[in-house]
Amino acid sequence: MTGGEQAEVETAFPKGGGSAAGGVSAVSVGLKLLSIGPLLILIFLVVVISLLTPNFLKPINLSNILAQTAVIGIVAIGQHIVILTRGIDLSVGSNLALATVVGGLVFRQTDSASLVMLAMLASGAAVGAINGAAYVFGRLPHSFIITLATLSICRGLALELAPGHTTMRGMPEVITWIGGSSTFGVPNSFFVVLCVAALVFIMARAMVWGRWIYAVGGAPEAAVEMGIPVRGVLVSTFIISGLCAGIGAIVLAGRTAASSPLYGNLLELDTIAAVIIGGASFLGGRGNIGHALVGAMMIGVIRNALNLNNVDVFFQMIAIGTIIVVAVEADVIRNRLEARARIMQAGSAQ
Amino acid sequence: MNAAVPVLAVRNAQKRFGAVHALKGVSLEAYCGEVLALLGDNGAGKSTLVKCISGVHALDEGEILLDGQPVAIHSPATARRAGIETVYQDLALFDNLTPAQNFYCGREIAYPAWLPRGLRLLSNRAMESEAAAVIDRLKVTLPRRDAPVALMSGGQRQAIAVARATVFARKVVILDEPTAALGVRESRKVLVLIAQLRAEGNAVILITHNMEQVVELADRAVVLRQGRKVGALKPTRANQQELVSMIVGAEV
Repeated sequence: MTGGEQAEVETAFPKGGGSAAGGVSAVSVGLKLLSIGPLLILIFLVVVISLLTPNFLKPINLSNILAQTAVIGIVAIGQHIVILTRGIDLSVGSNLALATVVGGLVFRQTDSASLVMLAMLASGAAVGAINGAAYVFGRLPHSFIITLATLSICRGLALELAPGHTTMRGMPEVITWIGGSSTFGVPNSFFVVLCVAALVFIMARAMVWGRWIYAVGGAPEAAVEMGIPVRGVLVSTFIISGLCAGIGAIVLAGRTAASSPLYGNLLELDTIAAVIIGGASFLGGRGNIGHALVGAMMIGVIRNALNLNNVDVFFQMIAIGTIIVVAVEADVIRNRLEARARIMQAGSAQ
Repeated sequence: MNAAVPVLAVRNAQKRFGAVHALKGVSLEAYCGEVLALLGDNGAGKSTLVKCISGVHALDEGEILLDGQPVAIHSPATARRAGIETVYQDLALFDNLTPAQNFYCGREIAYPAWLPRGLRLLSNRAMESEAAAVIDRLKVTLPRRDAPVALMSGGQRQAIAVARATVFARKVVILDEPTAALGVRESRKVLVLIAQLRAEGNAVILITHNMEQVVELADRAVVLRQGRKVGALKPTRANQQELVSMIVGAEV
């Protein structure tokens, strides 16, 4: 998943680094290991868990993991785009719940699956647009504040809008197929994850807008001086995050054939954890979609392993929290090591 | 060497910030193929003047002419489109991007043209090869051209910022204290780079406090004091003291 980044590095400037000595190439190998570190840890986890837990590698269980991780994965992709610009979106869980409720209400009026899906996407994107607009045009010091507010507002609104303040049964067949069925043993929701990842990857890596997102994350003041539409870029990241919450709403409502104002509880923590565990940085402008997906898979795999071993859900919360601390510390250490390695590279070139 | 018409002319520039009268009718001219040193003590108005030329501030009165034609410069983007490049003191580099990505950030080579700019696809190959050509032409040595600029040395970063300006400058390059943060050897390299910009026919406006560099490099010097132009001359070893006294406003 980090392959795209490396391929780009290797094709760039064929002459660059041509004078690399043996020591330098050891350093570059080290740098590559650092960048795919989280993926290696995920593979290591899978190997260890499958040795300890016989049921883990059964196809039905693997398919379960994919289905259960799909929502976190999709929403984490949006979260990652926001974190790239040094922001944070705390509203994703409530946003998702509100979107399922809006979809459920539309389903009461019409049988059209596309209208229901459109309603969920529009609801998600609208909340994202409000987040972004309030943050940028309200000149708020950090997106933490506005998304904390909409976390509360969306949850309250979802509870108000839902008849009886509770779960509504029923979803159009197309949506339950997307969220709940499998093709060739692979959950359809996993294909949704792949599609979202591919679209966002193309936007982030191949399009001018994506380059601007990285630029704004790397140096906001320089971005202004270079004439990048910084405000538009920031608003767009929240719309993308909101859209991802809307897509997550379709998948979750489909899997459960229901909509509920209680969905997506603590999803903001899971998605932020996924992005950070996966190896993206809070410092902005660093990381790619692969990081978010690896992080989401890691959370899914760990939860699944704890479930299979009958570890109770409260301990799971403690475990995930501990892993976040470890991951953030690993990010700090990785940045230091990377800084050292790059200084060694720079020094040996002179 | 100088053409008859100045490539950049500022006429009677006035700028106020509230009660502060930062520019009081400053005029200056810059010609192709020369280095113009802009001198003055702190608060003399150099930075304000430069920011007006580069589109960060708008003039209250007065006008800016390019090739003799008045131009309206109301944003950094319009200044750049008009052919004026500025290397700010903070360099405005993106630490997480490579030199080539830095060069083109905000004006990427991308296609197809009928799409809105943000939706176009990046031509990474074109940008990388053009950046490589510029880096070679200016003889900038970098540890790796495909690594983020975050951990390159001060001189390398300065060189990248100056090289970026040369990619796009068609008329004027403004350098705001380009050697202030550099060591002796790295300063030398930047000075060589400036001489090269001049040799390529740019008008270079250089802000610096270093009189040695002014004498060595500048073809003309303009001195500002308290928002006014107080002198213009050709700096030499002989009149270096005279320049300093113009700057501080006293006999030395």
